[in-house]
Amino acid sequence: MDALLAEWTDRVRAASDRRQPLCIRAGGSKDFYGNAPRGEIFDPRGWQGVESYEPSELVITARAGTPLAQIESLLAAQRQMLAFEPPHFGPGATVGGCVAAGLSGPRRAAAGYTYGSLRDAVLGARLLDGQGRVLRFGGTVIKNVAGYDVSRLLAGSLGILGVLMDVSLKVLPMPAAERTLRFEMTEQQALEMLQQWGAQPLPLSASCWHENALWLRLSGAAPAVAASARMLGGEQIDIDAAAAFWHGVREQQHAWFAGESPLWRVSVPSAAQPLNVDAPQLIEWGGALRWLRGQRSADQIRERARQLGGHATLFRGGEGKSQVFTPLSAPLLAIHRRLKQEFDPAGIFNPGRLYAEL
Amino acid sequence: MASAQILDGLRRLLPPDCLLTDAEDTRPFECDGLTLIRQQPLAVALPRTHEQLVQLLRFCHAHGLPVVPRGAGTGLAGSAVPHPQGLLLSMARFDRIISMDARSRTAVVQPGVRNLAISEAAKPHGLYYAPDPSSQIACSIGGNVAENSGGVHCLKYGLTLHNVLAVRALTSQGEEVHFGSGALDAPGLDLLALMIGSEGMLAVITQVTVRLMPLPRLARCIMASFADVEHAGNAVAALIAAGIIPAGLEMLDQQAAQLVEPFVNAGYDLDAAAILLCESDGTPEEVQDEILAMRAVLQGAGATRLQISDSEAQRLRFWSGRKNAFPAAGRAAPAYYCTDGTIPRRHIGRMLKAIQAMQQRYGLQCPNVFHAGDGNLHPLVLFDDGDPDSVARAEAFGAEILEESLRLGGSITGEHGVGMEKLNQMCTQFERGALDAFAGVKGAFDPAGILNPGKVIPTLHRCAEYGRVRVSGGQVPHPELPRF
Repeated sequence: MDALLAEWTDRVRAASDRRQPLCIRAGGSKDFYGNAPRGEIFDPRGWQGVESYEPSELVITARAGTPLAQIESLLAAQRQMLAFEPPHFGPGATVGGCVAAGLSGPRRAAAGYTYGSLRDAVLGARLLDGQGRVLRFGGTVIKNVAGYDVSRLLAGSLGILGVLMDVSLKVLPMPAAERTLRFEMTEQQALEMLQQWGAQPLPLSASCWHENALWLRLSGAAPAVAASARMLGGEQIDIDAAAAFWHGVREQQHAWFAGESPLWRVSVPSAAQPLNVDAPQLIEWGGALRWLRGQRSADQIRERARQLGGHATLFRGGEGKSQVFTPLSAPLLAIHRRLKQEFDPAGIFNPGRLYAEL
Repeated sequence: MASAQILDGLRRLLPPDCLLTDAEDTRPFECDGLTLIRQQPLAVALPRTHEQLVQLLRFCHAHGLPVVPRGAGTGLAGSAVPHPQGLLLSMARFDRIISMDARSRTAVVQPGVRNLAISEAAKPHGLYYAPDPSSQIACSIGGNVAENSGGVHCLKYGLTLHNVLAVRALTSQGEEVHFGSGALDAPGLDLLALMIGSEGMLAVITQVTVRLMPLPRLARCIMASFADVEHAGNAVAALIAAGIIPAGLEMLDQQAAQLVEPFVNAGYDLDAAAILLCESDGTPEEVQDEILAMRAVLQGAGATRLQISDSEAQRLRFWSGRKNAFPAAGRAAPAYYCTDGTIPRRHIGRMLKAIQAMQQRYGLQCPNVFHAGDGNLHPLVLFDDGDPDSVARAEAFGAEILEESLRLGGSITGEHGVGMEKLNQMCTQFERGALDAFAGVKGAFDPAGILNPGKVIPTLHRCAEYGRVRVSGGQVPHPELPRF
């Protein structure tokens, strides 16, 4: 460890001195995400392995270069899981890249029970910043309000603040039972039913509407899942077909995601009206996540998302890729700049990946 | 500028009923729930309008006047202790529920709205706001956001962090900023995560959007007795290992049970070394299934007595002692000091035994009631606030519990915050680099450093006095920077 850390620290300090941009990249599974990567590759996969995992503490601490699949299988052996159901987007996904991208999967909007987002599950992290400091934030306990929550700031930061070294994540037990139901419904009907069902204490753990069908997943205690399924009706999907369906949605391998047409991620309040845009649409998270296909004006999509109380990201594809995320207000951008200045004063880490100014 | 001129300036900005300057009027604001630390502010402002707030902040920014935001003043770590040369900014008059949207299951509220008032307003829609700190009758949502407050249902339903979607705030320069959004995420860095738990040091919260949850159809509680605190601690770990996430999992030790029982007649087993309260909520089917599973685990872990609530009245009676522990402590001694370490669950028994030994050493009693499921301790050190020696022993006792929490791999605070109370222990929990980075984060939001200075981040000097300075290579990073 000491030798590797010394090597990394030297490299970061040298890069800072020369203002040499570094592109933090492990398996490259998320190269497509964010503004175009640039800089010399910094591969954190030399730092791998699970530091600690105690199932009764509901926490795992792993080095950033650890393959995500390895962590998931270790957890599964104890009937536990990463409750935010992260997309891998390729076989090379590491836990560090997963946290830096900050993306959560279908279970993110699960009702009742707090499954939550990737950011919600982050308990602690160690960061090698642009000043060559190794900084430890948070910890390994579920409740911890000592100091600012910098480890959660790193979730979704796209590596612009430094090299994530270790991360502690909250884990949860796997549900005892799961069942998937399918309903024929229009977009309007699906959005309405998702709100009605969401207001009831039902064990909904995922939803997906596309091509006039709504798919619902129920997770929890077997009697509760069975009773809810009876109440909801719909067509019951075979267990293997259901697993393949949700995997396909999470990994965007489902046929709906096929092709080169640009993919927009529109994040809005779950009860927001239909987007009313003439484009193929796939809706997740109880209505709160709406995927759109097609070449569209960024300004128009962002204006529509803003009217509905949300924001829009050009997730994949598209020309130019100059600004894939919704621009920030001036005061927010000023705070972002000063944070970047604190952790990466020479501006070497993943420059421009999140915003051109950072 | 002299304080007289500052006061004149404030009088020009606020009507007389929004500004307190006489010592007798400002005295009620001299401390928060941590009564050990008191300080008179220069003045107390109680603005009514957003415009007054903006003007106040601009004025304070222009004159470098420290501003300490305050919610209901129920915090337990001294985060809202006034600054002697500063303005205490009470947000109590911003107490309106702006909207309640049953369809999207969200509420938009002003920061002075009480925690419980949100759940009361949501109840007709079959919804509630999940985080329920013990002070929920009085504490405000703005204060909850500032402290990232918890409660007895955190294990299953999360902290404030997990239940707040968006925060609007004013920077120290009086500029409006929006953190989070009405959606489940927002573009850019997750500044909302920094705002939640920032103890009033980054920006002044003016509006909060909370997530509401459907009210569970049913809740039932198991009360289990254990002959040894270690057995009770092991039972907690066994429940989690069995894949159960109870809605509440609380522990009372024998001293705590004996303290509260005469007060509430909850029927606690006074011979037990520890009592666990283990709750299940959800649909009737879920609860039935989970209660059976919990009972089996608790029996397997050596419970000596086990009772399952069979009515709502009985369930509430089981909880009554837990919820009334603080008033009971207040009755049993002239004063009590409640601290807030968090430890890995597997060390609960060990920690309780360590606290028992400390009681002998400090000559003070310390009953324990706490969030066992989260490993979050709330030892209640009983002392005499009229006796300086007793006060000093109570403070040292509390500090040693926090240091022990760190030795066991935990944190000095699970839900109360650092404030002024735990500044010394921050020197132990974090290395200097991380403390410097916290200062940098504060500077990113509040470059002038006027918002709640002197809290959370210990000075290098303070850590040196506490004997906890870690300097690498004999060099102090950024010796030129001011440390607050």
